[in-house]
Amino acid sequence: MAALSLIPLGFIAWVAVAGGWDQVRTLVFRPRVGELLANTLWLEAITLPVAAALGVGLAWLTERTRLPGARWWAALMVAPLAIPAFVQSYAWNSVLPQLHGLPGAVVIALISYLPFVYLPVAAQLRRLDPGLEDGAAALGKGPRAIFFRVVLPQLRWPVCAGALLVGLHLLGEYGLFVLMRYDTFATAIVDQFESVYNGPAANLLGGVLVLCTVVLIGLETMLRGDRRYARLGAGAARQPVRHELGRWLAPALAGLTVVAVLSVGVTLGTLLRWLWIGGTAVWRLDQVGAALWQSVFYALAGGVLTTLLAVPMAWLTIRAPGRWQRVLEASHLYVGALPGIIVALALVSITVRLPIYQTAWTLTFAYVLMFLPRALTGLRSSMAQAPIELERAAMSLGRPPMVAVMQTTMRLAAPGIAASMALVALGIANELTGTLLLAPNGTRTLATKFWALTSELDYVAAAPYALLLIVLSLPLTVLLRRQADKALAA
Amino acid sequence: MRLAFLCGLVAAALALPALAQDDGLVVYNAQHEALTQEWADGFSKETGIKVTLRNGSDTELGNQLLQEGAASPADLFLTENSPAQVLVDNAGLFEKLPQDILDEVPPAYRPSSGNWIGIAARSTVFAYNTDLLKPDQLPKSIMDLAKPEWKGRWAASPSGADFQAIVAAMLSLKGEQATADWLKAMKDNAVAYRGNTAAMKGVNAGEVQGAVIYHYYYFGDKAKTGENSNKVALHFFKGQDPGAFVSTSGGAVLKSSKHKAEALAFLKWIAGKGGQDVLKTGTSYEYAVGVDAESNPALPPLSSLEAPTVDASGLDSKKVTELMTAAGLI
Repeated sequence: MAALSLIPLGFIAWVAVAGGWDQVRTLVFRPRVGELLANTLWLEAITLPVAAALGVGLAWLTERTRLPGARWWAALMVAPLAIPAFVQSYAWNSVLPQLHGLPGAVVIALISYLPFVYLPVAAQLRRLDPGLEDGAAALGKGPRAIFFRVVLPQLRWPVCAGALLVGLHLLGEYGLFVLMRYDTFATAIVDQFESVYNGPAANLLGGVLVLCTVVLIGLETMLRGDRRYARLGAGAARQPVRHELGRWLAPALAGLTVVAVLSVGVTLGTLLRWLWIGGTAVWRLDQVGAALWQSVFYALAGGVLTTLLAVPMAWLTIRAPGRWQRVLEASHLYVGALPGIIVALALVSITVRLPIYQTAWTLTFAYVLMFLPRALTGLRSSMAQAPIELERAAMSLGRPPMVAVMQTTMRLAAPGIAASMALVALGIANELTGTLLLAPNGTRTLATKFWALTSELDYVAAAPYALLLIVLSLPLTVLLRRQADKALAA
Repeated sequence: MRLAFLCGLVAAALALPALAQDDGLVVYNAQHEALTQEWADGFSKETGIKVTLRNGSDTELGNQLLQEGAASPADLFLTENSPAQVLVDNAGLFEKLPQDILDEVPPAYRPSSGNWIGIAARSTVFAYNTDLLKPDQLPKSIMDLAKPEWKGRWAASPSGADFQAIVAAMLSLKGEQATADWLKAMKDNAVAYRGNTAAMKGVNAGEVQGAVIYHYYYFGDKAKTGENSNKVALHFFKGQDPGAFVSTSGGAVLKSSKHKAEALAFLKWIAGKGGQDVLKTGTSYEYAVGVDAESNPALPPLSSLEAPTVDASGLDSKKVTELMTAAGLI
């Protein structure tokens, strides 16, 4: 599995080497690539700090203040996760066509991806030991100084992790930026693909995109630092104190309302409007039903397969950590950071002369590569909680090792396995670029059908697909929220 | 739980190959999906032959066919424009068409090779916002749009096969240098949209004054709600200008097809009365090209457009991609 994971990267390297240095020079060192690089930098440079600040602010409001209905607000802040980014931009595009270019890209990226920062920060805030804050207060620090000098430093890890996730999404996202008319590497690669199929220009742009990904991950590791933030001592931490908002209550509520309206309200409202206009005529069962079935099928098959393939690696990580295990694990994880378009492009080029070309197998395999990290992280934490002694006891009672693992650890990890499958499945249901490139003849998922209709600006006919995508994603939102809490508790 | 897990695995493993059912005729389709679907449905209804579409853009599918070579699952190749047909034809992947199929369309709408035929046609237009431009301010030639005074005022969809076909015509009529210069000026002057509908919507909203698109986007929108074309009018360049280029949508049968008889029958059906009537009565608003076939009465007659004579076989999509990549447009 680790070797298979290396396919996309190996492929890009091969294209670069096979084409020769001259080709790299003419196709990579040209103004267009500089333009795309600048676009990407601007996008990341503006979105990430704003997302980090907003994420921390909102999380603090919902977790650390006496906000009326704090639980509801917290749920609302996570709700945008249920709406794919390209559905958000579809809605905004039809309400406010003037919003496009960099401002549009930033706004839609923010409302779509803010939960990635909000979730881990909120979870961390919930379990911070208030003892440190009390200590600072006893030393005469005011609430503001405490927030900036005690609370904020402890949020460094979740903020960095969240921002990295947002950054990676910005690099890989396609639909959002097409609708916002903002060119990034992902859109340029698809443009090239649509002009020349898998020509060297597309693949080399992919190489630059991979470099961007590496830089981003390196930056995160640097910013995250290696300071220790764990608490020492026995016993559980006290519940943190919630602050009174006082005269700040009204602005806080107004701010939260604005965020909720922008990130969920506008899109749902627009969607309902198009559905209302379309009436029952747009619900063409032969098409909507077929797309729904395809989506559900791939989501389930991919979810099961990905999780199963991740089990051996997760087991190794828990039971036999070491240098080789780390190398193997890293090669599993890196594909998740690669934009889907890279994985798809590599697979198209490799399979084009093979019998598995354009089959459900290739598409499912692409999904496995893309979502392996998701499955792995979910599995790891749940398998870590199953004690190894049970496996040993089972083996000492005469079970062969495989059976022993199946009957003990795997059983105990079952809820985690189910959750992983669900996470992967829902990721697949929302996947767009890979599916566009690799789908077998005649296959249309909800996402690709929605995309085809949106490209013709047929908002009304696209609405049912958007609605189904959101409905399918709702469970994901609930799961992710639970998982974020649990990951920190583990 | 474990049992359910195993069952899920087995079900998934069994279901995958089950999806690989017989697709009937496989069409690599770059034409508008709705139009080809209508053709496919009409043909299936008459003959009982199943048709499966793989949708993509002209040159994407054309290059895909080149890479797949003889192993391609495709039986037919339908495009919006000619360059992609030329690309695949030059690679020798098309079946020679019998005379009775060629005779369905006049010689102007088929290449000299006789390996593919025109199935529909579309005219280049300059769609403009009637609040922002008066008829006397319109460009006389598409070449004028390269002039500095048009900076920031017009739009196009450079990543689309439609626009690339227009560039191919310009290349064939004006030569490589003039086209490269024009594209370079376009990079500075034009606003890039993705898709002709989006460009027309931009014109309607006044984001730009005009856009180089094909005629039928306008008529199609008018026939629906008209909300993207309320303030739009069409300017036909005429006078054999490169901007008056009428692009031929092509259809061909692959040499590697395993259902050649059925594939040829479908192509004949599209070019014949059945398929051409869909153009006349349907919502595609593309021109019919069949011998004696009539186009939708809402359209200005094809013969009135004074289109330049361009040999479809000479349209070079590869060169166009190179020039546009060099100009930084894609």
